Amino acid sequence: MATRHLFIELQTLNRRAKLKIIFAKFQCLCIIPALVGVDKKTCIQFCLCTFQEEMVIRPLYSGDIYASFQFRTQWDTDFLHDGKKVSHYRLFPKSLGQVLSKFSVRELHISFTQGYWRTMQWGQPFIPSPPGAELWVWFHHTVTDVDGNWKELTNVLSGIFCASLNFIDSTNTVEPSASFKPLGLGNATDHRFLRYATLPREIVCTENLTPWKKLLPCGSKAGLAVLMKSEKLFHSSFHSQAVHIRPVCKDWQCTSTAWELRQTLNVVFDLYTSGQGKKEWSLFKMFSRTLTEACPLASSSKIYVDVTDNPGGELFDLSPSSPLISTAVVLGDRRTYSVYDLTKKETFGQLRSLNLLLRWKGENDMLRPPLHAERYVSGFGLQKGEIHTCLYNSHPYRAYPVLLLDSLPWYLRLYVHTLTVTSKTRENKPSYIHYQPSKDRLRPHLLEMLVQLPPHSVTEVTVQFERALLKWTEYTPDPNHGFYIGSSVISALVPSIVAMDTNSTRDRPLFSSFFPTKEESSYFMRVYTEPLLVNLPTPDFSMPYNVICLTCTVVAVGYGSFYNLLTRTFQVDEPSAPLAKRLANIIRRLRGVPLL
Amino acid sequence: MGLLSDPNRRKAITSLLTRLNTPICVVCYLAGIAWFMGLAFEPFTLRTYMSENAMGSTMVEERFPSGERALATAREFAAHKKKVGGMPVDWLVKTMRAQGLEVFTQSFSRNLPFPDESKERFVVRGTNVYGILRAPRAPRTEALVLSAPCSPGNSNNQAVGLLLGLAQYFRSQIYWAKDIIFLVNEHDLIGVQAWLEGYHHTNITGMGYTPLQGRAGSIQAALSLELNSDVVTSLDLVLEGLNGQLPNLDLANLFHAFCQKLGILCTIQGKLQRSDWDTVEGYTHSAQTMLLMVLKQASGRPWGEHGLFLRYHIEAASIRGVNSFRQYKTDATSIGRLFEGMVRKLNNLLERLHQSYFFYLMPSLTRFVSIGYYMPAFGLLTTILLLRALDLWVHLGTPTPVTEDGVGEGESPSSPGLLSVLTPVVISHLTGVALYTLPVLSQEMAVEHFPVSETEAVVLTAIAIYTAGLALPHNTHRLISGEGTEQGWRVLKLVALLYLAVLLGCTALINFSLGFILAVTLVPAAACVTPHVPKALSAVAMVLLSPGCTILYCVFLFQELQEVPVSLAEGWMLFLSVISQGILDHALYGSLVYPLLALLVYPCWLLFWNILFWK
Repeated sequence: MATRHLFIELQTLNRRAKLKIIFAKFQCLCIIPALVGVDKKTCIQFCLCTFQEEMVIRPLYSGDIYASFQFRTQWDTDFLHDGKKVSHYRLFPKSLGQVLSKFSVRELHISFTQGYWRTMQWGQPFIPSPPGAELWVWFHHTVTDVDGNWKELTNVLSGIFCASLNFIDSTNTVEPSASFKPLGLGNATDHRFLRYATLPREIVCTENLTPWKKLLPCGSKAGLAVLMKSEKLFHSSFHSQAVHIRPVCKDWQCTSTAWELRQTLNVVFDLYTSGQGKKEWSLFKMFSRTLTEACPLASSSKIYVDVTDNPGGELFDLSPSSPLISTAVVLGDRRTYSVYDLTKKETFGQLRSLNLLLRWKGENDMLRPPLHAERYVSGFGLQKGEIHTCLYNSHPYRAYPVLLLDSLPWYLRLYVHTLTVTSKTRENKPSYIHYQPSKDRLRPHLLEMLVQLPPHSVTEVTVQFERALLKWTEYTPDPNHGFYIGSSVISALVPSIVAMDTNSTRDRPLFSSFFPTKEESSYFMRVYTEPLLVNLPTPDFSMPYNVICLTCTVVAVGYGSFYNLLTRTFQVDEPSAPLAKRLANIIRRLRGVPLL
Repeated sequence: MGLLSDPNRRKAITSLLTRLNTPICVVCYLAGIAWFMGLAFEPFTLRTYMSENAMGSTMVEERFPSGERALATAREFAAHKKKVGGMPVDWLVKTMRAQGLEVFTQSFSRNLPFPDESKERFVVRGTNVYGILRAPRAPRTEALVLSAPCSPGNSNNQAVGLLLGLAQYFRSQIYWAKDIIFLVNEHDLIGVQAWLEGYHHTNITGMGYTPLQGRAGSIQAALSLELNSDVVTSLDLVLEGLNGQLPNLDLANLFHAFCQKLGILCTIQGKLQRSDWDTVEGYTHSAQTMLLMVLKQASGRPWGEHGLFLRYHIEAASIRGVNSFRQYKTDATSIGRLFEGMVRKLNNLLERLHQSYFFYLMPSLTRFVSIGYYMPAFGLLTTILLLRALDLWVHLGTPTPVTEDGVGEGESPSSPGLLSVLTPVVISHLTGVALYTLPVLSQEMAVEHFPVSETEAVVLTAIAIYTAGLALPHNTHRLISGEGTEQGWRVLKLVALLYLAVLLGCTALINFSLGFILAVTLVPAAACVTPHVPKALSAVAMVLLSPGCTILYCVFLFQELQEVPVSLAEGWMLFLSVISQGILDHALYGSLVYPLLALLVYPCWLLFWNILFWK
């Protein structure tokens, strides 16, 4: 099987990269183990690795364009087993591999997002992420000091991704009990080995993109990654990049495990600001580049364009058109895609470059996404407030449960007795509540609950809080900006319109195979609410000098005098005797007669 | 303290204070008034300056090109408004959606406690339309608001047109870091109130509204446009908000800076700035400007749509286009650029506006008086109350020669003293409660029995209760404790003086202007009143210095300062409408001036009235 693939690939090889690739492929299949001087067994360990790249373009109903890149590196090795030291890395980035083995990481998910995914206009993303940075890690069950590992890991990742992940500490880390299950193999349930943290304030920019691109086997030199010019990617409405590492099945029999590294990048381009009013899109307009080749190291390299709503071409024109059509079940819906295989020469046509062009013709209304959520702080003033989380179930007749996770910093003192869950003006009692109260300056609140959402309804979760007064060194340098509260996470199994594909081993497009599907009737979905910006009572920081002066004066004058008044004993003093009388008394004392 | 712990020196000080009490009080009063009037003199004030670094150094370019198109939109809006006979909700939704905004509507209803005759409304139903321009790559945490009211008749169409024009232009820019909400509200302040309560999910005034569907995080600042003509000669800045709250001074500075940059005439209180501060006319001009601000602030009303935002800690100002007979006109493009510049600078803000002053008075747009400068004027006035109280305290403490012979004499004034003080306090507060509640409650009865409208009924009932309070049998303490004693009225006056001092002090901290105006009239009455002055003359003086008459003087003064003097009859009608507006403001927006006057200031004044008629 693999050999047949190889032959086809060899035939379609791009001439320029030929030599390099031949060496790589041969090495990978261990045809020349003796040549590199290792024995066969070790060779198999480090060699079996594949790299796939893929881009999905989904024209959105708002007129925007959603482009989603996925790069998947699979490596058939296991560096967690009995202290084996893996030192030969090929496609898998060494920096990450070393981190995984050093900290005994079982699963690692990290995302950096700039902007908020507008579910109501854009539908569902393939892989959701909250604004800012999000990191969640499952550690191996042999780890004894999870918190220590977590702290070191965040600092190391902070260096790798040039991000402020070192700001993750115990005050923003939680251990969710139900919301974050491992996405890879193994059904770990002990959430002591799970750590979850978000940094809603994190700003994502080119400095985070560059290290992310460096993890790719081809870097940004070849393949789909050439499109990633930061001046275009950050000229968009939404930008999100992520790294997901997890153990997966090595083959369809699932006899042994392999490591999967998925790097995803989602970006939404705005028609209005960049399109100059013209509803026309092309790869060149979006990325200021066109494609000329696939990454030579990739076993597959494809572009999918969602044409489900455009069967007769009435919504938009797509050129060049592709003869390849594929269907996939994504997010509970059967979608049709035009496929462009970059490993085939004919894809690039006469000009030897692929520039997809999409011209809008009609307008269409979008179906409401089955689940979306929003959150806001109500009330005014700086003493109290109320957090409202509204969960919208737009399914016309099916009720389904969702898991809501809220992690709130300690300086919002939650009044848990005010927690209410109402749907359709009636109380909706959650069937499961996990609440971990905060400790001042040590850990945040964690609130998880399982709520049943009635069909076609809005469920409102409210809880009141009091704003704490921080110590003066605990304020950020810009305290009047407010303090960020991370997004709440809503995880749900949403009833699917079409039967989901439960066969996890079948060859599917990457974008449809991230969340494992266990049953046909529903699919997993995660929704993040917007983060909140909450103002805390803030002292006027230019005042300390005045306050010190005033306080000192008050203490000196007020306290001093009061103390004086309280401790002094008052007595009526005799007016002192005149001099003559005193002299007379002295003489009298000498004489021994009574004094005057 | 050292002085006070020495009995001899203490005696000396108190004797000095009691001996010279009246002259000191007179000097304090005159000094207070003089200090206040001096605030308008330019050399005594500070020049305004931009405190916020994020707005000062960052330059923005104004490029808004499509003023003409905005005016065309305004005409289209006017046509649709006329066709629908109200707010063209559908057209607005369609237009905003076509511009690429997320559009939402909110309908609201509010039953007024009694008909508002000046605006001819009683049961208000309306719809607010707002579009949110989502900033690219921003997580919906911060927003700015631009609002324009959809007024009845032919007014304010240009504001809506300009708002839509700005929305279209802003949509194609990429530099936004905060979401921008474009709000077109119906029924002016009621609509804004409904929208703000909906946005913050509170209900403080009993408004009925549908919940908002779209939000954009915490609102950092708001600007409100009022524009009635295609060209304007000047723009007027309105700052005074609900309960005398003011936006951060930097917002005023920002407006002034852009007016200077774009060469647009700008005014505050409708008055241009003059350069001749050293002439009498120049001084009078700035004194008038400042007095207008004081009067507006004291009224506690929101003087523009921005006024309601301030409660939610949103810095806001209204900008009003004025078209007079001046030669030099400014077109819509320039006004659009002014707004573009202001919004861009607000967009650059990292923190809420907090660097500059929140408590200030403005004798002109380039000059301001901060709280540290104006508070002494008020302080001098309240000192009088404290000095009088001290005087009374000393008199009460020194035993009169008559009581020296008997032990029981010393105690006798204290036991009836408590009751004789408590009774008038309770009675006058009950009168206050009646004044606060009865006018609205009894309007139906009044309408049945008298040939008046509801509004008149409310106002006339209020005045009737106010007057009836004067005639109440205040000497009830005699029923309980026999003849009122000399000690009795002194204790009562001491209590009343301290009460007034605390009351005015607290008021001035929240709303300086209101506190100061009340102090100017109430303090002389409070300081002078005793049972031993000629009754008729003092009674007239007391009434003339009562809170109700203070409002009447303010109405006349305000008209005088606005250069539209009114005759006595017109002034009286205005006075009546001011009272009804005050009650309405309290019911609709939660303005606190009416309850303050009815529940606290008026009863306090009644105590002094009681002392005058002490027997």
